Amino acid sequence: MEGIIYKIVFYLFAVLTVGSALVVVTSRNIVHSAFALLFTFFGVAGLYVFLSADFLAATQVLIYVGGILVLILFGVMLTRKVFDVKIFSGAGQVFPAAVGVAVIFFLLATVIVKTPWHLVGERAMEPTTAEIGKLLMTDFLLPFEVASVVLLAALVGAVILIRKEVRPPKVD
Amino acid sequence: MIIGLEHYLFISAILFSLGLFGVLTRRNAVSILMGIELILNAANLNFVAFSRFVTIGISGQLFAVFVIILAAAEAAVALAIILALYQNIKSVSVDEADAMKG
Repeated sequence: MEGIIYKIVFYLFAVLTVGSALVVVTSRNIVHSAFALLFTFFGVAGLYVFLSADFLAATQVLIYVGGILVLILFGVMLTRKVFDVKIFSGAGQVFPAAVGVAVIFFLLATVIVKTPWHLVGERAMEPTTAEIGKLLMTDFLLPFEVASVVLLAALVGAVILIRKEVRPPKVD
Repeated sequence: MIIGLEHYLFISAILFSLGLFGVLTRRNAVSILMGIELILNAANLNFVAFSRFVTIGISGQLFAVFVIILAAAEAAVALAIILALYQNIKSVSVDEADAMKG
């Protein structure tokens, strides 16, 4: 009985993720796309919980939903004429893109089905936050520090890119 | 059927394909950014699924954390570029950003 509920909830999250991702790429209204993206991110966070990645699920909600999605919505609203832009390319581009993407998907599906995965046994769900913290301060210390430098560079770069140049008036 | 690795890989493959389709067919720069976010989420899902089912440790989850960090930095810079583009050509359609086209 418990297994059935587990499966139902899993498929619910899977359908939520895939369905709202479909809306993201097919909706004609960009604001609808942005809000569908919200549900995709929540669905992926739910799947992380199924994979016993509790820290990642929280991070997904905090950073993707709280940060990146808000940034994207700002981008939508700050670019004023955003609703007038014809959102899709012509059919001459959509059809080849659909064919190419379908080919890639079937390739991936074949690889997924055909590969003999070497699975390790089912593990019990346990909290991962402490373990991630330990690894970040030991094995992954260098990538951690490099990531902080990257974030600083992105911060400064974003400000430089959108600042307006203001020249002080000339003094005779 | 027990829910195993393949289920997650299939969801991830679908997300990746949809994101790629969005990147290829949209002409609004913000929509293209959304497609890229879908692709990054698909990659993250793969990392976490492999970390759960194939390896012993949780280094896959750490890799996903770094991908999330880079996605945040990328979104900030990409939106700065889009705003700069909008200030210059008064449009966010990538078809109209052709000043360097020969």
